[in-house]
Amino acid sequence: MTERLSGGDMLIRALQDEGVEHVFGYPGGAALHIYDAIFRQQRLEHILVRHEQAATHMADGYARATGKPGVVLVTSGPGATNAITGIATAYMDSIPMIIISGQVPQDLIGTDAFQETDMMGISRPVVKHSFMVRKAEDIPTIVRKAFHIATTGRPGPVVIDVPKDTTDPNVLLPYVRPDKVSMRSYNPAMKGNARQIRKAVQAMISARRPVIYAGGGVVQGNAAAELTTLARKLQLPVTCTLMGLGAYPGEDPQNLGMLGMHGTYEANLAMHEADFILAVGARFDDRVTNNPKKFCPDATIVHVDIDPTSIGKIVPAEIPIVGHVLPVLTEVLEILDAELAAQPINQKAIDLWWHQINEWRDKNGLNHHLTPEPGRHILPQYAVQTLYKVTDGDAYICSDVGQHQMFAAQYYRFAQPRRWINSGGLGTMGFGLPAAMGVQMAHPKATVACVTGEGSFMMNMQELSTCLQYGLPIKIMALNNQALGMVKQWQDMQYGGRHASSTYSDSLPDFKTMAEAFGHIGMKVTNAGDLEGAVREVFSPKLKNRLVLLDVWVDPEEHVYPMAIRGGSMKDMVLAKAGEGKGGLEE
Amino acid sequence: MSAEGRRAIISVLLENESGVLSRVVGLFSQRGYNIETLTVAPTEDETLSRLTMTTAGNEAHIEQVIKQLYKIVEVVKVQDLAEHEHIEREIMLIKLKATGVERDEIKRTTDVFRGQIVDITPDTYTVQVVGPSAKLTAFIRAVGNTRILEVVRSGVSGISRGARTLAG
Repeated sequence: MTERLSGGDMLIRALQDEGVEHVFGYPGGAALHIYDAIFRQQRLEHILVRHEQAATHMADGYARATGKPGVVLVTSGPGATNAITGIATAYMDSIPMIIISGQVPQDLIGTDAFQETDMMGISRPVVKHSFMVRKAEDIPTIVRKAFHIATTGRPGPVVIDVPKDTTDPNVLLPYVRPDKVSMRSYNPAMKGNARQIRKAVQAMISARRPVIYAGGGVVQGNAAAELTTLARKLQLPVTCTLMGLGAYPGEDPQNLGMLGMHGTYEANLAMHEADFILAVGARFDDRVTNNPKKFCPDATIVHVDIDPTSIGKIVPAEIPIVGHVLPVLTEVLEILDAELAAQPINQKAIDLWWHQINEWRDKNGLNHHLTPEPGRHILPQYAVQTLYKVTDGDAYICSDVGQHQMFAAQYYRFAQPRRWINSGGLGTMGFGLPAAMGVQMAHPKATVACVTGEGSFMMNMQELSTCLQYGLPIKIMALNNQALGMVKQWQDMQYGGRHASSTYSDSLPDFKTMAEAFGHIGMKVTNAGDLEGAVREVFSPKLKNRLVLLDVWVDPEEHVYPMAIRGGSMKDMVLAKAGEGKGGLEE
Repeated sequence: MSAEGRRAIISVLLENESGVLSRVVGLFSQRGYNIETLTVAPTEDETLSRLTMTTAGNEAHIEQVIKQLYKIVEVVKVQDLAEHEHIEREIMLIKLKATGVERDEIKRTTDVFRGQIVDITPDTYTVQVVGPSAKLTAFIRAVGNTRILEVVRSGVSGISRGARTLAG
């Protein structure tokens, strides 16, 4: 016999049936029937945040670390609008997420009712899809479809707007969950075109100066192992985008590091000089390509992406392959040996290419062996290097947005995918702490660190309270430069050093006592010679179960380098401040 | 994106559900695409609507527009009718000042364009003209701006010639 449930209970049952264990949210009038349904069950845990934006970032971090969709529950009106930033963040980075928003009862929709907002309309440009529940009996099918859409094809956030009357506890209806969903209008591609794949393999084998340019799609698509096998087999240099870090082992000699605006010297030069680029799960973002008209002039481009709109949007590809990166790379590996038997790689050319790349790396590559200068300011790069060393490169690193994010991306050399959690596309400050909370919920025993700046941190620091409530032992390293560092860097470089609204050193809180006020442990370090000891203490077994905020006072004048020269090609970078060692402009 | 390049008549088959039109229109404004005309109505299958819009751009732009439209979950099929032989029709109702000798002249012009006078007052004619957009524009030019009181155009509808269909 079919069970009869209220709409609110159906919604929660449908989430359970999708395997959901955690819901991140904040209650309010329009969502109260749903919250009551949560109260009356045990299978699914609700995590009460302090601001809805944080709920979305938590769900996002959870999704990035696990590959499973994160689930958010908010009320109507301000609850829904507060969630928008986090939804847009997930959308830009193609993160699977389900957002359930309460809505005023249907007979009040359109009347400017209390806490009414058009969530379908306001979220439309930043969701993969959205549903409004019209009848309670549709809930099981809508939830099924929402998860299907969020997790297949190019993943993304899906909103389910739920008018309060459809969750009425007094109206019981049969709960009928469809075995599977099919939509005539939604059939995302999986396999790539076999002929195109063969052409791509032949092009990569015959290349003389090849590069793999790997993006977040490789991480999201769980294809890091296949990518690594391919790169090793053909001795291909690999550069990862900000979103792709971890798709190829960070310390592997074939890894050139990140590319793009703050990419490494060798990665950007290799891209520019390449005669062949395998772009996989990457979308030629403007922070990568610099001026697309000057992008990689000699390269034959193979572009593998699940989203046809990504292909040819910015840079034309000679060999486009629409498909999921995992089956595409698997097929590449399957035919590789046969193709290599017919035509071996040009070992001499590849050796020359590696010689050139290593020359670039030796000349201007990042120094991963920075040493502290006791009594001096702490270099933020050294702080990240120390974090990398102390955590054995094995922590989940969640970051906010700005200079610290770039330093983390450059100096924490991720060995595995899904360990680097950051807002790449939207660049959302305030992302780091709640994202780390989501990761810690997903992996309670893992070491989870949040590398943040004091500016970003203050955008969602209220969540320290949530961390105490749920016992989340996150380790926060705040690279405190007493300014909005990246803004200030641009002002230094492009606005004659006029620091318009980017400093606030006279009004910062004392983060150590603030952490303590929230019931956590606060520490502060200002001297380079003390840093490693402090970091070791943060990660020591005695603090394993505690949240620790380490306020690291770094050199406030430090800039992120390399930095792309605006409007130039990928080889056009500034490597250091004028007059500092490395000779300024490289053209 | 610039409006230079060729004209495209993009036919879209989509689920007949509330909110779908706003996704299509939103996509265009969000991505800075230009819509010249837009029409939409249900098809013989009431679960599907057919939308026709005209836009202009180079091949890469039009290809991107079509791919972006496909990304909307409720979009079933997209085609640029202008890529193949097709029939294009638009309907125009045009209210003209018509007094004295002008009345005969407008009548003659209407006949030449195979239009119909669908409403008459002592001082006005309302003329219906059907055809490709260019024909409607030509009619406007032929009667002259000074006489025009009001113009309403439906926007372009189109269908492929021969056995080809959008759904098939």
